Amino acid sequence: MSTMPPLTAKDYKSDQEVRWCPGCGDYAILNQMQKVMADLRAPKDKTVFVSGIGCSSRFPYYMDTYGFHSIHGRAPGIATGVKCANPELDVWVITGDGDGLSIGAGQLLHAIRRNVDLKIILFNNRIYGLTKGQYSPTSEEGKKTKSTPYGSIDHPIYPLSVALGAGATFVARTVDVDVKHQQEVLKRAAAHKGTAFVEVYQNCNVYNHMAFEYASDRQVKADHIVYLEHGKPLIFGRESNKGIRLNGYGPEVVELDKGVTVDDLLIHDEKSPTATLAYLLAQMHYPELPEPMGVFRAVEQATYEDLLMEQIRAAREQRGDGDLDKLFSSGDTWTVE
Amino acid sequence: MTTATADVERTSGSPKPVQEVHHAAVRFAGDSGDGMQLAGTQLTNTSAVFGNDVATLPDFPAEIRAPAGTLAGVSGFQINFSDHDIYTPGDQVDALIAMNPAALRANLRDLLEGGILVVDSDEFTEQNLKRAKFDRNPLEPGDDLLARYRVYPVPLTRHTLEALKETGLGVKDAARCRNLYALGLVFWLYDRPLDTTLRWIERHFAGKVDVALANALALKAGYNFGETAEMFPVRYKVNRARLAPGKYRNLTGNQALALGLITAARLAGKPLIYASYPITPASDVLHELARYKNFDVRTIQAEDEIAAVTMALGASFAGAIGVTASSGPGIALKQEAVGLGVMTELPCVIIDVQRGGPSTGLPTKTEQADLWQVMLGRNGECPVPVLAARSPSDCFDAAIEAVRIAIKYMTPVFLLSDGFLANGAEPWRIPKAADLKPIEVVHATDPARFKPYLRDEHGARPWAIPGTAGLRHRIGGLEKEHVSGNVNYEPANHQLMVTLRAQKVANVVEDIPDQEVFGDPAGDLLIVTWGGTFGSARAAVEHLRSAGRKVSHMHLRWLHPMPRNVGELLRGFGRVLVCELNLGQLLLVLRGKYLVDAEGLHKVQGRPFMVSEIVAKANEMLQGARS
Repeated sequence: MSTMPPLTAKDYKSDQEVRWCPGCGDYAILNQMQKVMADLRAPKDKTVFVSGIGCSSRFPYYMDTYGFHSIHGRAPGIATGVKCANPELDVWVITGDGDGLSIGAGQLLHAIRRNVDLKIILFNNRIYGLTKGQYSPTSEEGKKTKSTPYGSIDHPIYPLSVALGAGATFVARTVDVDVKHQQEVLKRAAAHKGTAFVEVYQNCNVYNHMAFEYASDRQVKADHIVYLEHGKPLIFGRESNKGIRLNGYGPEVVELDKGVTVDDLLIHDEKSPTATLAYLLAQMHYPELPEPMGVFRAVEQATYEDLLMEQIRAAREQRGDGDLDKLFSSGDTWTVE
Repeated sequence: MTTATADVERTSGSPKPVQEVHHAAVRFAGDSGDGMQLAGTQLTNTSAVFGNDVATLPDFPAEIRAPAGTLAGVSGFQINFSDHDIYTPGDQVDALIAMNPAALRANLRDLLEGGILVVDSDEFTEQNLKRAKFDRNPLEPGDDLLARYRVYPVPLTRHTLEALKETGLGVKDAARCRNLYALGLVFWLYDRPLDTTLRWIERHFAGKVDVALANALALKAGYNFGETAEMFPVRYKVNRARLAPGKYRNLTGNQALALGLITAARLAGKPLIYASYPITPASDVLHELARYKNFDVRTIQAEDEIAAVTMALGASFAGAIGVTASSGPGIALKQEAVGLGVMTELPCVIIDVQRGGPSTGLPTKTEQADLWQVMLGRNGECPVPVLAARSPSDCFDAAIEAVRIAIKYMTPVFLLSDGFLANGAEPWRIPKAADLKPIEVVHATDPARFKPYLRDEHGARPWAIPGTAGLRHRIGGLEKEHVSGNVNYEPANHQLMVTLRAQKVANVVEDIPDQEVFGDPAGDLLIVTWGGTFGSARAAVEHLRSAGRKVSHMHLRWLHPMPRNVGELLRGFGRVLVCELNLGQLLLVLRGKYLVDAEGLHKVQGRPFMVSEIVAKANEMLQGARS
């Protein structure tokens, strides 16, 4: 076998100038995506990035792959069409909290429940950036923005809970500046067969700066997030001395040196056939609880396009490849001499 | 009550005299659960297979099962069968089969004077009469409501139960066969063979032997009743039509759309991806296509209208034939994505099976009021080719043409049908697949020459599909730079691109034959139509011309762009009358485009034009012209 030259992130950069605001978290995600693509030697000609509208949705222009920057909230539909037309393609969907959970919430749910083999990356910055600073469906209650000068009275929606509610087979979360972790999560998503849904905490340094400081600041994040590992107990804290224990139906924080052992802690199981544990984890919110990072759920299920193509294969086997003349003449016919 | 007269002969098999007629229009009417659509369809198929020309008008309520016996629940099916070419289901009917008082009340106005009226007398109960808002029973002597018709009250329900006594079927199930009993009676009345329907019963109820038997028994019992009862003095005979030689089948507009799409995908050598959201009256296209997976037809029932059109666009981007269909309300939802298709210049077909609007409007009734919506209803300068099918079987050719133009010009194409065409049926001369012209598809493959928005001689950009080595590119809804396709906001570039997109759609005229006119190329009056109004207008113009009027008919298949010679033709006539089922949409387009002082005949009643309405309007205009 001939050895191929190693690919680098640069190989996946398009010739287009990146136009996000300087300091935007999107840069970090773009860089990690390009790095991951290079590490995986992803076939550029077979890769398609599809997006909707919003800052994050400019993403496809910057990838040296095929790309489709569509309309607001509709990337899952476009991507489903692409995948059903050619299941061989690797299809990624880039969306945001407004694009994916407000105007496009419907399509997002249905792509997930069909388990189309799409990798959906939702950039959550809890704000509308492109339209200059209105609150988004993931904004916290009471948030003051241009459109909510007296504070938002909407209850926020949580992306992972929504994905799990729709029956997602792969659900994960990471943070824009957590480079290594983000790469691992993206690689896991790429390897998943079926809809992979990844929420990335992304900083909008213009309209919602530091929204995720608690989860990204090296000084404090260890006490605010808990990394998930399959089969491992949920331990966190700067001293790794805190854990999550189940108390009734809910999780609670316990300190390990106060009569509590590792055996008392919740053990992560990303392959659990039901989404109960994953949902419980998705409901853990700062500041009451640390927020889990990593893969919440990864289970196998037939994909939509595989089932679709299997029906076509079976129909052809059973009835033979379609014959137009036979089709035209089916049903009652008569001949005029 | 009148009796039939004229040329009566006795055929050897039947004791009753048979009168030959050139055509007959029959309507079945009953509750929406009474199986009227089924009875009508069987009479249609039987007549078509027998060799008549047929045209049909199914007419049903939006409510699936409105309360029994009420006017809201009346469902009807009209069929016109003939021994010559016909274009319409008939303005009025020669025979009405009314299964209850509500059906009688709702349909009586459409029965010709002297026409045959068969009613199920068992259903004329006090309660049903009240539900249908009759103060008294119109069947009773002394009531003059029905005086102008030949009325045959038949206890259809009791007769059916009697006929099925031996089958062991419960009263409720047995009574449900009374539509077949009524159908049998009509078969006798019009001298129709039973075998087509008997075969259908066998196929349809395969595995339910008792139900199949009961339906067959009811059908035959109805036929025999006609034969033996001393009720009907005469029966009618409609000879075979002299259709062009060939093999035929009966086709509804929606079936024809499905066949056309499958055929187009085959002719292009591509999988068909059809994504749609259920909506009346377009859903049958999805039902039909979903059956043909062995043609690599990939149907997706989308979660909503927008998802459906975006799936079709995504499929087109990836190199398949992407198609979606809906009706007015759904098309409104799809328009933003159609604009995306215009900007990204991808081939896809959007079918609008029009119904009465606005809003939810008249879901099960026909209208032609979406012309402006599909031509103009998008943001920005957003031209899309638009064509309209003119009859049920024409939907087949129109679907192929829409796909062909979409691919050649790399553009979304709107194909218009309507509720009348969708559910109406007519004989379709079956083509040979080998005779159909292949649809040429050219994909970009050469990285050295590839530019995403470099146009060919028709103005179309290359179709470069993901998976092709070295042709990676990005498209989207933002304005494109000429040739490179990169995002570009320059003022001059935008003007250029808007112009190029408009020019490309205008270029479609190269593929549109010159407009033909039925009748003389000049005269006193030109009647202009589009879509499903074709039949009524053609019949009207034939009638007017046979009366010596200088009237011609111009039926437009292409609404955007229009054939080159339309303006010239319009100027050849003293007056121009545009007949459409809206308040003047094509009319405004023609007046604006050609500065012609055209007038309109508008009807928005959820029903097609009657031939007589067009004739009357034409005569009025011609009278005016002379005075």
